[in-house]
Amino acid sequence: MINRKTAFIKRFIQDFYLVLMVVFLYAPIATMTVLSFNNSKSRTQWGGFTTKWYTELFSSSTIMDALYTTLLIAFVSSLIAVIIGTAAAIAINSMKPFPRSLLMGITNIPMLNADIVTGISLMLAFIAFGISLGFKTILIAHITFNIPYVILSVMPKLKQTDKSTYEAAMDLGATSVSAFFKVVFPDILPGVLSGFLLAFTMSLDDFIITHFTKGAGINTLSTLIYSEVRRGIKPSMYALSTIIFLTVLVLLLITNFAPKRKK
Amino acid sequence: MNKKLLSGPYLMWMIGFILIPLALIVFYGLTDKSGAFTLSNVLSISTEEHAKALWLSLGLSLLSTVLCLLLAYPLAMILRTRGMGQGSFIVFIFILPMWMNFLLRTLAWQTLLEKNGVINGILSTLHLPNQGLINTPGAIILGMVYNFLPFMVLPIYNVLMKIDDNVVNAARDLGANSLQVLIRILLPLSIPGIVSGITMVFVPALTTFVISNILGGSKILLIGNVIEQEFTKGSNWNLGSGLSLVLMIFILISMALIAKYDKNGEGTVL
Amino acid sequence: MKKRIQMVLAIGALALLSTSLLSGCGKSQAKAGSNGEVYVYNWGEYIDESVIEEFEKETGIKVVYDLFETNEEMYPVIEAGGVKYDAVCPSDYMIQKMAQNNLLAEINFDNIPNYKEIDPKYFEMSKSFDPENKYSIPYSWGTVGILYNTKMVAKEDIPTKWSDLWDEKFKDNILMQDSVRDAFMVALKSLGYSMNTTNEQEIKEAKELLIKQKPLVQAYVIDQVRDKMIGGEAAVGVIYSGEMLYIQNEVKDLGLDYSLEYVIPEEGTNLWLDSWVIPANAPNKENAEKWINFLCRPDIAKKNFDYITYPTPNKGAFDLLDPELKNNKALFPDDSMLKNSEVYKYLGEQSDSLYNEAWKEVKSN
Repeated sequence: MINRKTAFIKRFIQDFYLVLMVVFLYAPIATMTVLSFNNSKSRTQWGGFTTKWYTELFSSSTIMDALYTTLLIAFVSSLIAVIIGTAAAIAINSMKPFPRSLLMGITNIPMLNADIVTGISLMLAFIAFGISLGFKTILIAHITFNIPYVILSVMPKLKQTDKSTYEAAMDLGATSVSAFFKVVFPDILPGVLSGFLLAFTMSLDDFIITHFTKGAGINTLSTLIYSEVRRGIKPSMYALSTIIFLTVLVLLLITNFAPKRKK
Repeated sequence: MNKKLLSGPYLMWMIGFILIPLALIVFYGLTDKSGAFTLSNVLSISTEEHAKALWLSLGLSLLSTVLCLLLAYPLAMILRTRGMGQGSFIVFIFILPMWMNFLLRTLAWQTLLEKNGVINGILSTLHLPNQGLINTPGAIILGMVYNFLPFMVLPIYNVLMKIDDNVVNAARDLGANSLQVLIRILLPLSIPGIVSGITMVFVPALTTFVISNILGGSKILLIGNVIEQEFTKGSNWNLGSGLSLVLMIFILISMALIAKYDKNGEGTVL
Repeated sequence: MKKRIQMVLAIGALALLSTSLLSGCGKSQAKAGSNGEVYVYNWGEYIDESVIEEFEKETGIKVVYDLFETNEEMYPVIEAGGVKYDAVCPSDYMIQKMAQNNLLAEINFDNIPNYKEIDPKYFEMSKSFDPENKYSIPYSWGTVGILYNTKMVAKEDIPTKWSDLWDEKFKDNILMQDSVRDAFMVALKSLGYSMNTTNEQEIKEAKELLIKQKPLVQAYVIDQVRDKMIGGEAAVGVIYSGEMLYIQNEVKDLGLDYSLEYVIPEEGTNLWLDSWVIPANAPNKENAEKWINFLCRPDIAKKNFDYITYPTPNKGAFDLLDPELKNNKALFPDDSMLKNSEVYKYLGEQSDSLYNEAWKEVKSN
């Protein structure tokens, strides 16, 4: 029997560990936020408080262009990946074991390959196909590495859905399409959404694959930062990252603390 | 509707953008600059520098993976037993750091770890000795663990959440203590998640080059650095491709592992 | 609950998208200017952005501006021809390599009359890699030297030679350049060899010297050396002269209790030039010439100098500078300080491989 004291100590250790982890995860983010208000460009010397990097951020067309491109690519590539990926997951789910393992194996390739290899191989392929590098090649590249994440998020949900409900709907006269959308789709929706979210996140963060497939005159935030790393990051970048982070945080909080609907 | 048709778009995509690029890498890896067949690119893994880089990378990434596992498993368990909030909130807390750019996060660690950085600043005020982690393999491991921890936590948490509380309760009723519950019940049931987490951490850790440059002072040559240099500075795409092929062997081994332990594809990221 | 998450996610996504679209409205669309476009490929942070806008306004030519980090990264891009640039700004030896591989077009100097604003002595220097001055017009130049922290380095230990970077006193306090030729330049010069040597034995000696130094080196960095030195992370570092003005200003602004001084080592150093070239496959050659001509205008060159603070070869711009800046010896050294200094040459594929292999060995140890 666990007595009150050990239960208390246990709880305390657990809390301590949780806090430690959160501090570990968010320390760099806090650092970046602080640096976004640093009057000096230096990373380690504090030069006084300022908000000038935030104003400079919005007047820099390079950064704004890159932000626009980044968000657009992330959104569109995730959307298309979700469509192709969900369809593929449904199809693969109903295949016999051998084709299924084969396709799942190939699906894993972009996820497991070093992204520098994926990036270069895609660039080689684009040059070989005669496709000129630009926005569309970035989009294609992002869709390519997003699809596996979608498939891997949807598959488990597909397995969990009850086939009999789908068949029952068909028996009751629904067409296969409407049966799908009314019965199967709502069940796998969590998987689809998490696939979308994951794809969006991976797309935002990628720089190596984008770097090799982007061509001239176009930048995502990541490639812009990558080109600035050695020279010294413009603090407006820290400001931008802080803004993005806060936006997502706010969304998160709304989600979590929104009034609950009765089930 | 024929379900097989649904896979059509994906199949075409796969062939065009996964298989053909792969074939190109194989082509470059097995030929030299003039296009003649050669195994020298692949075999060059055995040269002293390359072999050393590979072993170093394997060592560091294995260490990082183990550390991630050791940190993530208790974390996932605590999250599970405390029944923390709605599942999606936890997921978000761990994905949220990933929304700050990977390069910036790694640079931030440089700011934290430097001799005159933030951590030492705090330590000095507390009259504690300073740490000297920056520019050492230790910093690289820290960077890897930091960046890839979410990928280990999420699948393990996912799989732990699926374990019915009643199973644990039944075990306790039968007299099992916490340790036995962990070893006999939780661990075996969470293997798909562990395997998934390991693969999602080990492979990117194996091929990283940014972390070793920013946090390792560019003093440690990892296999990812070698490949990156051959492609961008040495202009030797054949060698870079050859070495990439060797790396892919390790990837294939990981894939075989997944297939073996996780037949049902239960261990996924989300 | 799930429905609410869906809803918020959807709203959030739409919000993000619409914000970006709104910001996109204000951004410059990638459509051609009324007089065409020009594709420029340059180093990061190597131009005052308002110069680009001024050029576009004055000429009606739209500028597509791309960045590269190293010469070695730029070369395969130009070579592959997947993206065609009109004006590129490589360094000395890379220009030679590009010319030898037929990647450059000869410049029609009649279309770039402002070239006369460049001090002729830089065209003389350029002959080292562009023997007939056919392909390049200097944009910036400088030296490589040792930067030291006056608080961390005792007066008697102030470095004056490259070989001082092997001093045990500086253990874990040395920042070296993470670039094969710059690192080897330091080692070769300290041994008294030419930094353009193709002699295998000399390269081997330099390599071994670098390996010997490695335990003393804190890190191999490129431009981060500036940030780290300002932060007091290291006592000595190898740095490009162009960073000095920025450093001197920062140290003043931050009110630090140490200063950072620049030394050109006695054994001589690398005298480098970054010059504009026009690739052979440039689609908008005329616009490229207009671009380069614009940059050679003294007022524009001065504007760029004010922003990037790298020494300018433009005499017209130099004359417009404050006397204080003209006398800044770190930026504009006397000719006497430059004896024993060389300009990089392209060494050919075989020697390049030799150097690269040797560098790999250094890094791997």
